[in-house]
Amino acid sequence: MSMNVLEASGLGKRYGGTWALRECTLEIPAGHVAALIGPNGAGKTTLLNLAVGLAAPSAGAVTVLGGCPAGSPAALDGIAFVAQDTPLYKNLSVADMIYVTRQLNRSFDQPYARARLEDLGIPPKRKAGKLSGGQQAQVALTLALARRPRLLVLDEPVAMLDPIARHDFMATVLAAASDDGVSVLLSSHVLTELERVANYLVLLARGQVRLAGEVDDLLATHHHGSLEELALTYLREHPAEVAK
Amino acid sequence: MTAQTMPVQPAEDTTPRPLAWHRMAGVTWRQHRFALVGVVTLLGALAVYLWIAGSSLHSAYAAAIACQPASSPACQDAVNNFNDTGVFLSNGVIFQVLPVLIGAFVEAPVLAREMESGTFRYAWTQGFGRWRWALAKLVALGLAVTVATELFSLLLSWYFRPYFAPGNQALGLDQLSPFNTGLFDLREVTFAAWTLAAFSIGALAGMLIRRVVPAIAATLAVYAALAVAVGGFLRGHYLTPLVTANPNPPGNAWVLSQWWTKGAAVLSPDAVRQAFDSAFAVVAPVVTSRSQKLQAYSSTLQYLTRHGYTQWTRYQPASRFWPFEWIEGGWLLALSLLLLAATVWLVRRRAA
Repeated sequence: MSMNVLEASGLGKRYGGTWALRECTLEIPAGHVAALIGPNGAGKTTLLNLAVGLAAPSAGAVTVLGGCPAGSPAALDGIAFVAQDTPLYKNLSVADMIYVTRQLNRSFDQPYARARLEDLGIPPKRKAGKLSGGQQAQVALTLALARRPRLLVLDEPVAMLDPIARHDFMATVLAAASDDGVSVLLSSHVLTELERVANYLVLLARGQVRLAGEVDDLLATHHHGSLEELALTYLREHPAEVAK
Repeated sequence: MTAQTMPVQPAEDTTPRPLAWHRMAGVTWRQHRFALVGVVTLLGALAVYLWIAGSSLHSAYAAAIACQPASSPACQDAVNNFNDTGVFLSNGVIFQVLPVLIGAFVEAPVLAREMESGTFRYAWTQGFGRWRWALAKLVALGLAVTVATELFSLLLSWYFRPYFAPGNQALGLDQLSPFNTGLFDLREVTFAAWTLAAFSIGALAGMLIRRVVPAIAATLAVYAALAVAVGGFLRGHYLTPLVTANPNPPGNAWVLSQWWTKGAAVLSPDAVRQAFDSAFAVVAPVVTSRSQKLQAYSSTLQYLTRHGYTQWTRYQPASRFWPFEWIEGGWLLALSLLLLAATVWLVRRRAA
C-alpha cells in the first residue's frame, strides 16, 4: 500500500499580480527523501509554505499525510517544519526552546532531544541567539525530529551552513529517514548535497513543476549519471519552457 | 541510501482533540517574562512612591479637616500644608503615560517581533495551531497587565481621594472635580481599561505592520489620538448634559459650556463683553482690593439678571462620576475585545 505525503492539484499561489506557483499537480509518495530543486525564485518556498499551512492557496488544493488539508490540526500534528534560516527565539535558552516546543505539541520526545543536543555539545543553558549558525540549524532540526513527525519539511536547510555543518545536518536527516521511517521533503539549490540523500526529485522552475519522480527512474529515462547533471541539463535544454 | 518502504499511517478521520490551553501559560511566561517583570517592577516602584507620598498627603488632609477652630492661624497653616503637599502629582500627568508605555513597549513587539524575525514560521507550524496560539498569548498577557494596572489603579484612587471630598472648598482646601482631566482616567476602572485598550492597539499594530519599531510608533500615535479625542470631545457626552440658568452651578460639576441670552436671543461673546462692561461701570465704578473685585463681579451678575440677561450652563453633575467610569471602562473593554479579535483573525488568515 502506498500513501502520499503530499498531493497537490492545480495548486497556485499569487502574490499581488505575480504567480509564485501555478498549476502545480504533484504526488509525493511516503517513505522517501524528496528533494525540491530549482533556481532561485522557482517557487520552492511557496510550495513548502502551502504544504505546511503557512500560506493559503490562491488556486487548487493541497493535502498532506494522505488527505489531511494542509494546516489542519491533524496535519500540524504530523508535520515538523524547519523554515529557511532556522528561526529560533534568540533570547530563549536551548532548554527553553525544548520546553516551548514540548508544550506546543502533542508528542515530544524530550530524552531524545536532550541526548542529541548533548551529543552535539550544545549547552542547554546557552541562548539560541548565541549559537553558531550550524548549531542553530541542529537545534531546529532536533526540535523538529523530537516531535516524532511523519513528515519532515525542510526549507533550504543547509544554504547558510559551512561544509562540515552541512554534512552533519544531512547525516541526521538521513538517519531519521532510514531508521525511523520519517518521510522528508526538502528544498535546496545546492544540488551536490542532494546527491547522497534524495531518492525522489521534484524540479521546479518559474513557478511550475518540470520533472517529478523517483531519482533512479528519472536518471534511467533521461540517461544521466547524476542528479545534478540531470537537473542542469533539463534546465538548459528547455530554456524556452523554463523562461516562459 | 535505501528507500524506506514503511508507509505513512493513514490520517485518522477524526480531527485530533486540540491541545489544552494551559500549555500556553508557561510558553507565554518564558517568552515574555522580561517584559512582564519590567511592568511589575515599574508599577511596584511607583506604588512604593505613591504609598509614601500618599501617606503624607492623607495625614496632611486629616490634620487640616480635624483642626479647630478653622479660622485660627494654626489651622490656616494646616490647610496650606495640605494644599502644598503633592502638587507635583496632583495633575496625574506622570501616570497618564503608563497605559500607552505598557501597550507600546510590551505588547506591540509581541507579534511584530515574531513577524520581523521569522519565528512565526516556527510558532504557527507547531501542533498547537496558530490562531489558538495567538489567542492564548493575547489573553494571558492581556489579563496580566489588566490585573496589574487595576491593582495599581486602586492605589491611585486611594491617593487622590482627599481632593474629591465634599466640603473641601468651605475649608479652603484644594477641591477637584471628579471629572478632572488627567485624573478621571487614572481612578477606579478606567486606568486598567485604557491599559487594555493600549495593549490591544499594540497587538493589532504589531500584526498589521509586522515591524517592531514602526508598530511601537503607530501604537503611541493611535493611542494619543484616541486619548485626546475622548478627553476633549467624547467623554462630555456619555450622558446628555444638564442645563441650568442658575448662575452658580453645583460645585464639583464639570462645566462643558456657558452662554448668555437676553430674551430669546443668544448673545455673541462680544455682546456679552459689552453688557458686562456697561453693567460693571454702573455697579462698581471703583474697584481696588481682591474682595471688592469678587463683590463687584457678583453685583454685576445680579444687575445683568435683573435686566433680562440669563447665563446658561451646560454641565455634568459630579454624581455622574461612577456612571461615567463604567461607560468609559465598558466601551474601552468592548473596543479592546474587538481589536484583539481582529488580531487573532489576522493571524488565522494571514498568508506567510
